[in-house]
Amino acid sequence: MAILQTQINPRSELFQANEAAMRREVLALRELSAAIRRGGGDKARARHESRGKLFVRDRIDHLLDEGSPFLELSALAAHEVYDDAVPAASIVTGIGRVSGVECVIVANDATVKGGTYYPLTVKKHLRAQEIARKHRLPCIYLVDSGGAYLPLQDEVFPDRDHFGRIFYNQATLSAEGIPQIAVVMGSCTAGGAYVPAMADESIIVREQGTIFLGGPPLVKAATGESISAEALGGADVHAKLSGVADHYAENDAHALQLARACVARLNWQKRGRLAMQPPKPPRLDPAELYGIVGTDLKKPFDVREVIGRIVDDSDFDEFKRYYGDTLVTGFAHIHGHPVGIVANNGVLFSESAVKGAHFIELCAQRKIPLVFLQNITGFMVGSKYEHEGIAKHGAKLVTAVACARVPKFTVLIGGSFGAGNYGMCGRAFEPNLLFMWPNARISVMGGEQAAGVLAQVKREQHEREGREWSAEDEEAFKQPTREQYEHQGHPYYASARLWDDGVIDPAQTRDVLGLALAAAMNAEIEDTKFGVFRM
Amino acid sequence: MTTARFDTLLVANRGEIACRVMRTARRMGLRTVAVYSDADANARHVREADEAVRIGPAAARDSYLNIEAVVEAARRSGAGAIHPGYGFLSENGAFVEALDAAGIVFVGPPAAAIAAMGDKSAAKARMANAGVPLVPGYHGHDQDDVLLRREADKIGYPVLLKASAGGGGKGMRVVESSADFQAALDSCRRESRAAFGDDRMLIEKYLIQPRHVEVQVFCDRHGNGVYLFERDCSVQRRHQKVLEEAPAPGMTAELRREMGDAAVRAAQEIGYVGAGTVEFLLDASGAFYFMEMNTRLQVEHPVTEMITGQDLVEWQLRVAMGEALPCTQDELTISGHSFEARLYAEDPDQDFLPATGTLARFAMDLEGAGLDPQRVRLDSGVESGDVVSMHYDPMLAKLIAHGDDRDQALATLNRALAALDVQGVVTNRAFLQRLATHPAFKAAELDTRFIERHHATLFAATPCSIDEYASAALIALDQLGRERESDSPWDRHDGFRLNAPHGIRIALCDRQDEASAVVVEGTRESDADPWCLTIGSETLTASLQPLEGDAVAITLDGHRRRLQARLVGEGERHIIVMVDPAGETRLLWRRIDAIDHGHHEVESTLTAPMHGIVVALLVEPSQPVEKGMPLMVMEAMKMEHTLTAPADGQVASFHFAAGDTVGQGDVLLEFTPSG
Repeated sequence: MAILQTQINPRSELFQANEAAMRREVLALRELSAAIRRGGGDKARARHESRGKLFVRDRIDHLLDEGSPFLELSALAAHEVYDDAVPAASIVTGIGRVSGVECVIVANDATVKGGTYYPLTVKKHLRAQEIARKHRLPCIYLVDSGGAYLPLQDEVFPDRDHFGRIFYNQATLSAEGIPQIAVVMGSCTAGGAYVPAMADESIIVREQGTIFLGGPPLVKAATGESISAEALGGADVHAKLSGVADHYAENDAHALQLARACVARLNWQKRGRLAMQPPKPPRLDPAELYGIVGTDLKKPFDVREVIGRIVDDSDFDEFKRYYGDTLVTGFAHIHGHPVGIVANNGVLFSESAVKGAHFIELCAQRKIPLVFLQNITGFMVGSKYEHEGIAKHGAKLVTAVACARVPKFTVLIGGSFGAGNYGMCGRAFEPNLLFMWPNARISVMGGEQAAGVLAQVKREQHEREGREWSAEDEEAFKQPTREQYEHQGHPYYASARLWDDGVIDPAQTRDVLGLALAAAMNAEIEDTKFGVFRM
Repeated sequence: MTTARFDTLLVANRGEIACRVMRTARRMGLRTVAVYSDADANARHVREADEAVRIGPAAARDSYLNIEAVVEAARRSGAGAIHPGYGFLSENGAFVEALDAAGIVFVGPPAAAIAAMGDKSAAKARMANAGVPLVPGYHGHDQDDVLLRREADKIGYPVLLKASAGGGGKGMRVVESSADFQAALDSCRRESRAAFGDDRMLIEKYLIQPRHVEVQVFCDRHGNGVYLFERDCSVQRRHQKVLEEAPAPGMTAELRREMGDAAVRAAQEIGYVGAGTVEFLLDASGAFYFMEMNTRLQVEHPVTEMITGQDLVEWQLRVAMGEALPCTQDELTISGHSFEARLYAEDPDQDFLPATGTLARFAMDLEGAGLDPQRVRLDSGVESGDVVSMHYDPMLAKLIAHGDDRDQALATLNRALAALDVQGVVTNRAFLQRLATHPAFKAAELDTRFIERHHATLFAATPCSIDEYASAALIALDQLGRERESDSPWDRHDGFRLNAPHGIRIALCDRQDEASAVVVEGTRESDADPWCLTIGSETLTASLQPLEGDAVAITLDGHRRRLQARLVGEGERHIIVMVDPAGETRLLWRRIDAIDHGHHEVESTLTAPMHGIVVALLVEPSQPVEKGMPLMVMEAMKMEHTLTAPADGQVASFHFAAGDTVGQGDVLLEFTPSG
């Protein structure tokens, strides 16, 4: 037992200011999330429902076990990316429990642009499949989509990670024994037809679902045959004639019931094995995270105050407490799951990097999942550090992070800048899931530093040319860079582009990690083989 | 009639009365012997007896009505006396004669007295001689259809048509007009033949708004006779008593003495011995008419015991042993007031159709309801896990409450009804609550047509209130929180949603309208917070606190209320039952993960609503019928049930013939709707 003690004073001015600032951010995030959950808006929804169809989120509610948590993924996808608003990139994805099995759900929202695939829709769909593969979770596709968004076909169709990849994934996921279930609740035209066709089992809704390679207009143009959508590729056609669909549903609710029955028949067994403990809530109040962290990245905090509000019983067994202390490492439990925690507590030095690599080796050896709490401006710079080989020590950490085959989860709780992002399991290092807090920022370096570097270059140019460069001019030069970095480093900007899997309320971090860990235990934890560590 | 001391008592009955008789017998130091049919091999009365003897297969006529088998059981077990309970052989003269022949004491009157009262027509003649007032009627031997109808016409409708050999409401019909007479006569005769092997009928004037007031009498072999006051059993349905009370409300001391004396006179006229009940109709003017005498211990005897402090079974046994009555008339007094409610396995919403099944739970939570065990008595013949079969009377138990006065006794009864938890089998419990909380019943505005008269309010489909939906949703949410099979956070059923409060939607259906659901949306920030419930445009802050037993405290917007909450599984359906002393609310919880959205075929078959026997097919296949026309009659639990055409059309085929036994859910016939 190593129960963390708190040093904070919730009545302090700093705490109160932090609290207020973070609360504003969380409220904004909630409001934005609520708006996105409304999909294409009340009018589109009413039109959709008037045809006897359920709204996409109601479909998910009907599919999930009663009261099941739903860990939605990439809810902010496509937020302020395209000229038109495309809430959630017209597709809802997430992990939820169906018939007692954690499943990845991919559901088109026909109230948003007819459920068509924008480039980020494709990216989000593929990301959900990647999560399914990594966690070994059955996939349920609730299909109701007009197919590719044609005006952007060049960003949707041709490349490796474009539309075709959906079907490649269905085939290879199925090959790995990860069930693929499709429920056709609307149109599945052209390429979309392959979603049910590639599925292990498919369900189609009478007078709603249609599947065809070419729709009635194309058929008319190509062959002159005049035929209705239902007669061309409706439920009767596919359940009775073609065999493209396996189950015939009367309506949306019935179809989702059938999908639940499909999952119930999977004979599903979790493969991950961890020495679990009975879960205990943290002794320290997670609500205090707001006041501890705040929104000003320049104000430091002891990351142990954060850890103590995320882990079971606030019990954190620290490893190498007094060595390389700008990186905090240690063992804890989250919702009963043993985890190794790697958390920044200042800039990375050689010792911290080596300590981190050592700790990751321990966890990989013991098959303990890793949780990275990122708040990093980068590695220490300067001659002393370059001379002692901080680059090779940093490389050890990066190698360990990249090669460790245990489930890895990353939460950006503050800054994520430069090589620190790599050493702390950024997106490129394929953590199972990566989330950001609303106060976090991500960029190659801080806006101020970038503006400083660019200004330095500019100043040198001015000096070479013997021109004056006033402080005001320099400030005016720096401001756009600062603004650009602030804009592009913002969590919404990042999440809209799927650099992460979602922006989360800090107070929900523990539950999100617990759900993620439990989902990851569907897959076996593999043996790790590390690459060459530069000594 | 044999009288002798005995140390072993055989109870030739089953269910609650067998248990109740054995309880007193044990207290008096007697060894108890039960008898059982195959259907009752593990029944409660068998479990509680010192010994038990099998007397035959399930059908009552082969077991509990089988005189030879019962006598043999007494011989095998060395029983010196037999208590017949009520029903079965309790008023069977041949049985008493068989016991006399075998030298076994019959705990009851002599065969001659049973015979005197058993033939209702002859009994009336003797009562008239003894100066006991009678209702106008026809009690003749001539049973010609035309004559009977003419007599009925002469008495004036409505008339009551009754099996001469009958009792307990079987073979009995009210006939409203001459036109209905023949059909009623046929039906009564059929029932009477089946129940008593005798189809003779008598006809009586059917009194308007009469009360059923009966007097408990007791006689010994030494010429003593007393009355233990009266009971009001006016609340009846289909001539079956439902709620009984003692004393009868509004009685004057004078009328009580007058009726008591008449009752004792009636008993002594026929040389009665033991416990008997003389039933009177009491009209609004205070005039009373002799109806019949029941020559046995009545179902409702406990209310008399509660107000007199006497144990009537003990009296019966002492009289049977040849002792004198334990008290004289002057020593008997009334203390307080008592009610009895009869709990039947039946569905009041389906015309009191008897129900069968396994009692998943049968318990009374006295503590949860805050009841004084001295004031409440539950006489039951069943326990959790017992099977309620088609073979016998569907009465499961009697709930008896006592109070210092009528209001207090009624309040106790209502609390006790709420505390009764019966699951797995449909019962009339909620109906009893509706009766017992009815303003007219509370005001003692009693008559034998009470239920018909107040049908509208007793069966009203009152739509559930917002508070009831909210309470049910809370119970459902609480239940979800308990359905945890592992430590996985996925198993918390907490409705976790990212960047939003936890949210769970509960779909609830009023049982009157299962097609449409009211969706209650529950949201909260964490497990520690109260729920915010949204129902349409209403929003409430709500929390649930489990109390002892089934009791919970539900707080809605600061208004805390205590009730008993149960979640009853009926197949795939989850019914939330909320009970408090004011009544019961049932809501179907349409769980997303349980219901079947399969499409529903047009009804083309009629299935048996319960186990039973096909009595008659009333139409020919292919014969055109109108909606509501009777198609076939089946009998179950000794009651006839008519199956009617679900629409205009025709029967395509019958699957059974008259006399066939059918199981619940069996397809009885194929129906082709026209058009």
